[in-house]
Amino acid sequence: MSKVNTAAPQSNGSGVFKRVAQKLLERNFLLFVTIVLFIIAYVAGLFAFKDKNFGNLQVFLNLLISNAGLIIIAVGMTMVLIIAGIDISVGSVVAVTCMMLAAMMEKAKMEPLPAVLIVLLFGVVFGAVQGWLISYLKLQPFIVTLAGMFFARGLTAVISLEMITVTNEAYVKLAQYKMYLPFGGYLNRKGEMIYPYIYPTVILALAIVVLGYIMLRYTKFGRTIYAVGGNEYSAMLMGLNVKRTKLLVYIINGFLATLGGVAYSLNTLGAFVELARGFEMDAIASTVIGGTPLTGGVGNVIGTLFGVLIKALIETFVSFQGNLSSWWSKIIISALLALFIVLQSLLAMRKEKQR
Amino acid sequence: MKKISIFKKPITQYSLFMPILCLFLVLIVNLIQTPHFFKITIQNGVLYGYIIDILNRSSGLVILAVGMTLVVASSGGTDISVGAVCALAGAVCVAALGTGETYKMPYIAAVLLALLIGLICGVFNGFLVSFMKVQPMVATLILFTAGRGIAQLVTGSFILYVKPKSFTYLGSFIPGVPIPTPCFVAAFVVILTWLVLTKTSLGMYIQSVGINSKASFLVGLNSKVIIFLTYVFCGICAAIAGLISVSRTASIDANNVGLYIELDAILAVAIGGNSLAGGKFSLAGSVIGAITIQALTTTLYAMRVAADQLPLYKAIVVVAIVAIQSPVLRKWFKNLTLKLAPGKPVKEAM
Repeated sequence: MSKVNTAAPQSNGSGVFKRVAQKLLERNFLLFVTIVLFIIAYVAGLFAFKDKNFGNLQVFLNLLISNAGLIIIAVGMTMVLIIAGIDISVGSVVAVTCMMLAAMMEKAKMEPLPAVLIVLLFGVVFGAVQGWLISYLKLQPFIVTLAGMFFARGLTAVISLEMITVTNEAYVKLAQYKMYLPFGGYLNRKGEMIYPYIYPTVILALAIVVLGYIMLRYTKFGRTIYAVGGNEYSAMLMGLNVKRTKLLVYIINGFLATLGGVAYSLNTLGAFVELARGFEMDAIASTVIGGTPLTGGVGNVIGTLFGVLIKALIETFVSFQGNLSSWWSKIIISALLALFIVLQSLLAMRKEKQR
Repeated sequence: MKKISIFKKPITQYSLFMPILCLFLVLIVNLIQTPHFFKITIQNGVLYGYIIDILNRSSGLVILAVGMTLVVASSGGTDISVGAVCALAGAVCVAALGTGETYKMPYIAAVLLALLIGLICGVFNGFLVSFMKVQPMVATLILFTAGRGIAQLVTGSFILYVKPKSFTYLGSFIPGVPIPTPCFVAAFVVILTWLVLTKTSLGMYIQSVGINSKASFLVGLNSKVIIFLTYVFCGICAAIAGLISVSRTASIDANNVGLYIELDAILAVAIGGNSLAGGKFSLAGSVIGAITIQALTTTLYAMRVAADQLPLYKAIVVVAIVAIQSPVLRKWFKNLTLKLAPGKPVKEAM
């Protein structure tokens, strides 16, 4: 408080700018660290893998392509973490989504669109049940979503124990529909111009991030989510409907989990029981690296996007390097997670001391 | 009018009532399903039967549940890295013993090495949780993701087999003893923990830290060290469970040892009637919870449910059990019974 007072009189332009910048930095410090880390890692990659065309725009776009599903799910996870909840069922939900889609299209010979709609409805119902158990019966989110994780994984096995590959023409066509960008191309050895491409899932994922950002930042519901996550009790005293907010967040999360599952399914074009194992931890780790702590009340979907990108970047490094075991990417991500967690807790401790 | 009862309070009020009821229900279902469920025979000089099988297979889970109970009680969080620590400890033990005809190093040294690994993992988790004030789930998420990776590096991504016969003693039977060894180990761990908790003030300290760590600190307890110790203990428990697990198959598959076992361990704690928010705990409840889960698994196997489909049924049972324990539902039921029971004042229901 005293700092602000002393700074107030000198209201010259640069001072104001400095203060605003300082405040922005303070509020978004973790987001800032995440983005800087991503840039540093990317630049380091440019130097380390110069001979392997790392700078090619397609390599960057591949980060998005292979993680479109994860981005969508991590946005839902961010909201859940902001209300101080957790959802560890998303990995299994992805598996059951892919399996349901595959079974409906291959076994029941359904068209892709109704199949996708049914799956999304399933996600909403699944999220509603979990949300109801958590908010109205006051069960612990961890236990409820743990049961949800078991349930979805078991359901996957009940639908089919064997792997199903999707061969539906329209669906495969959609999955392989390349959208070429009009820029960033390069000449290949034959002298043809090759333009980088993305899949529709990438646009879907980025749209979800933007929508999530707008909803959290500028809508009444979004602000309510932060209020509930910050302090449930005082949110209730303020007259906010805490239970309904929580329920709605879990419903949105369930919807996004299946939507992410659809994107994932477009990538894999098939399903088996053990699909997307540990995916929930990827989502949580990306979200935490993106600057959303598990204590609730704080969080940002832009950070989450960068969290996913950092994770993807590490995986790309490990695969570009060539002779490292793919386990290294897990270990490096964990180390990074540890770093961020320690950083977050140090920041929290400093804030506590300042009070 | 007062009923005369041998119990001081209604039987449903005892903390162990629900866990025992759950176990009882599972066993009843079994009895109907398979009439020879409780039969115990002796084959090849060892005890044989469904009950023995359940006790044998649940022992690893019992050990984990004991560690997990203390973690939950002291910090109000869960240690989700136990499965990965199981795999890591098992991998280190097998790698230390080697895959030759004889052990590369004394068996006991390898076991101690594995326990040391568990201890280090526990120290890592405990340090983050108690001294860095990281939420337990996030702190243990690190080892959860990294643990199996490190275990894969230790084994070189291979499934390693240990040849000497004596390696399997820990996970199956010691020649001449009819009771499975894991049962002894589990009983030993449970009894030792129980003695330490009740004969010293440690048990009370853990509860008080769990209920209010700040208040406990002001009273003069070193809250941080107590939370730290529970995580270290949990790490060692995970290492023991991992040793049993690798000894059962005399091999290490770092991908599958202790897979999802952290979830079972947490469920065991929850089914045992312990609040996952920390504070008061019941070791006996957790042990019964662990046995209930294994009994449920064995039951479902006996009903010819495929291993992969198992989680579906488990989930339904878990939700039912946890929902019954939910205070909101309990209140609702109480009101309902009060309304329905004639002759009792209804106004209490409000």
